[in-house]
Amino acid sequence: MSETPPVVYMDNNATTKVAPEVVAEMLPYFSELYGNPSSMHSFGGQVGRTLATAREKIAALIGARPDELLFTSCGTESDSTAILSALQSFPEKRHIVTTRVEHPAVKNLCEHLDRLTGHKHRVTQLPVDRQGMLDLAQYEEALADDTAIVSIMWANNETGVIFPIAEMAALAKKRGILFHTDAVQAVGKVPINMAESGVDFLSISGHKLHAPKGIGVLYVRKGTPFVPMIIGGHQERGRRGGTENVAAIIGLGKACELAASRLEEENSRVRALRDRLEQGLLAAVPSSMLNGHPEQRLPNTTNISFEYVEGEAILLHLDRYGICASSGSACTSGSLEPSHVMRAMGVPFTAAHGSVRLSLSVYNSEAEVDFVVEKLPGIIAKLREMSPFWQTAHKGATGGASCKCACS
Amino acid sequence: MWDYTDKVRDHFMNPRNVGEIEDADGVGEVGSLACGDALKLTFKMGPDGRIADAKFKTFGCASAIASSSALTEMIKGLNLDEAAKITNEDIAEFLGGLPKEKMHCSVMGREALEAAIANYRGIPLPLAEGEVVCECFGVTDLEVRRAIKESNLKSVEEITNFTKAGGGCGKCHDRLAEILREEQQTGAGTQQIIPDQRGKRLTNIQKIKLIEEVLEREVRPALRKDGGDIELIDLDGDFVTVSLRGACGTCKKSQTTLKEYVEKKLREQVLETLVVEEAK
Repeated sequence: MSETPPVVYMDNNATTKVAPEVVAEMLPYFSELYGNPSSMHSFGGQVGRTLATAREKIAALIGARPDELLFTSCGTESDSTAILSALQSFPEKRHIVTTRVEHPAVKNLCEHLDRLTGHKHRVTQLPVDRQGMLDLAQYEEALADDTAIVSIMWANNETGVIFPIAEMAALAKKRGILFHTDAVQAVGKVPINMAESGVDFLSISGHKLHAPKGIGVLYVRKGTPFVPMIIGGHQERGRRGGTENVAAIIGLGKACELAASRLEEENSRVRALRDRLEQGLLAAVPSSMLNGHPEQRLPNTTNISFEYVEGEAILLHLDRYGICASSGSACTSGSLEPSHVMRAMGVPFTAAHGSVRLSLSVYNSEAEVDFVVEKLPGIIAKLREMSPFWQTAHKGATGGASCKCACS
Repeated sequence: MWDYTDKVRDHFMNPRNVGEIEDADGVGEVGSLACGDALKLTFKMGPDGRIADAKFKTFGCASAIASSSALTEMIKGLNLDEAAKITNEDIAEFLGGLPKEKMHCSVMGREALEAAIANYRGIPLPLAEGEVVCECFGVTDLEVRRAIKESNLKSVEEITNFTKAGGGCGKCHDRLAEILREEQQTGAGTQQIIPDQRGKRLTNIQKIKLIEEVLEREVRPALRKDGGDIELIDLDGDFVTVSLRGACGTCKKSQTTLKEYVEKKLREQVLETLVVEEAK
C-alpha cells in the first residue's frame, strides 16, 4: 500500500473534527478581531459582546443560565476546579464519593488529594457490575455526613454507559452534598437540562463536540459555594483568572448551537450507524462480545472485545486501512495492565486485552461503517491464526509466565 | 502512538515463520493471556546440528509479534550454543530498537528461546526458581537480577520496562529497589542509583530523620573543620530551614555554602525537591 488511505475516523470519544462552521466562526478572532474583551475601547468591547453571545449558546444547550458557566482550558481543569472547590468550601468534610470507572481527570485527582491538600481524605470508589452499571442502593449507602462532594461521570468514555445522574444528584441534594458530573462525553449526545437537575457542577470539553482543543466549561449552579482554582484577573467574575481564549469560546458557542440542532440526528442516524457497525462485527467475528450495557449507552459508542487477540495489534492493522479506533489493552496505554474500566467491569482477561472502542459522530457514513465491518473480521482472523491461544492448548508455565495478573 | 522502527512494522505486518512445527525438537512457551502477551516457539534441528527451522505463535502487541518473528529469523542456521548466546538486546537491535516500555517483548523472546533449548536438552530451566518478587506478573528475583546485569538497568522503572516486574499494583517497588542496590554493589559498584520516585512520598518525620542523618554524617564534620556548625530548625513541605552557627554565622560565603553544599547534599541523599533556606 503506497498511498495513504482516506481516514475513516471512528475515535470521536478521544477527540472530534472541528466542524467547518466552527472554524469559519473562529477565524476572524485570530486575525482582525484580536481585541481583549476586557478592554475599555470599543475595539475590544465588540469581542466581549460576541463572547456573551457564545456563552448564551452554550448555556442553552444544557439548559443553564449564562452566568452559571465559567470557561476553563479543558475538561480536566473543570473537573479539578469543581472537586477542589468543594473541598475548600467544606474544609471539615474529608470524604469523596466517586466510581472505579472515572476518567483519569477525576480518578487520579482523587487518588492524589492528600498530597495536594495536605490533609487525609477518604475516597469511596463505587464498583460497577459486568455491564458497567452502578448500584443505586450502594451509592446511597456510600453518602456520609462528612461527604464533601460526589463526582460521577455522566457517560463513560470507554463503554458509553450512561449513569443515572438525575437520581444520584437528587439523593446527594437530600443529604446536602454537592454533586459534580464529568459530562464531557454526554454533552451534545444526550439531552441535558440543568434547570431540572440537581447537579451542582458539570464539566464540558470543547473538543469532544466539534469545537477546538484547549477550551472547557465548568457549570456552577447559582448559589453553589465556589472557591477558584486559578486566581488572577477579574475574568469570569473572579472565578477563573486569565485572558479568555476568545476564538475557542466563540467556536464552542457555534459548536453547541450545532449540537443542539443535531441532537436528534445523533440519536437516530448516528445510533443506527453504531448499531449497524456493532451488529455487523458481532455477527462476523466469532468469540466477540459487547462491553457495557446494551441500552443504557451513548448513541455513538460501541466497545467490543475480540477474544485471544491483543488490542494494539488490531489497531495497527486498522491503521493501515486508515481506520482510527482505540483499545483498552495494556499495550496501547504504556501500562502493563488493561484499562481500569475493563478491570472494574470484570471483563475476563481473555477479552480485556482485545477490546476495541469505535466511537462515531455525525460525520460518519454508512459506507464507512460497512468498510470497517468488511475489514475488521479479516484482521482478527489473521491475528488469531498467529495466537497460541486460538484453537490450541498453551501450557505456558516457565519464566515470567506464572502470571497471576491483577487484571483477572 | 508508539514510535516503532520500519523493521518492527515490517516484522509485525509481515511476520516470518508463523506457525507451529508438528514434530518439533524444542518447544518453548512463555507468557500467558492474563499477562497480555505470550509466545510459543518451536524449532527443528538439522542433521548438521544446526537449527533447520523455527516457527512461532504469539499473542501480543506489535512489538511482541515483531520480536518473535525476528527471533525465528535470527536462530535459523545457528547451532544451539550460538543460539543460546542471543540476548534480548540482540533481538531489539535486529529490529532497529524497541521503545523502552516495550523491551519486555524482546525479553519474552529470549525466555522462549531458552525454554525451547532447555526443552531440547531435557534440562529444567533455572529461571523458574527463585523468590517471586512481582506477584502481578509472577517475576522472580533471579529474572530481575539477570535483567539488571545483562541490560545494565539503573532504575526501578527500567526494571519494569524490561521484565514487567512492578508494572501492576506497584507493591514490589521497594523490593525491586533493594535488589537493584544489591546488584549494583556486587556489580560495577560505581553506578549511581536513580531512586524510584513513583508513588512514594516521604513523610515529614522521615524527611527530618534523613536530613538529620545527612547533616550529622557529612555536613557537620565538613563545617566543623572550618569552625562552623549547622542546626536544623524547621521543615515545611520541601522547605528546609537551617541555622548556621559558629564561624559560618559570620562568613560572607555562607549563602554559597548553604546552596552549593548543604542543599546539594540533601537533594542528592534525601529528596531532589528540597530547598534549603537560612532561618531569619
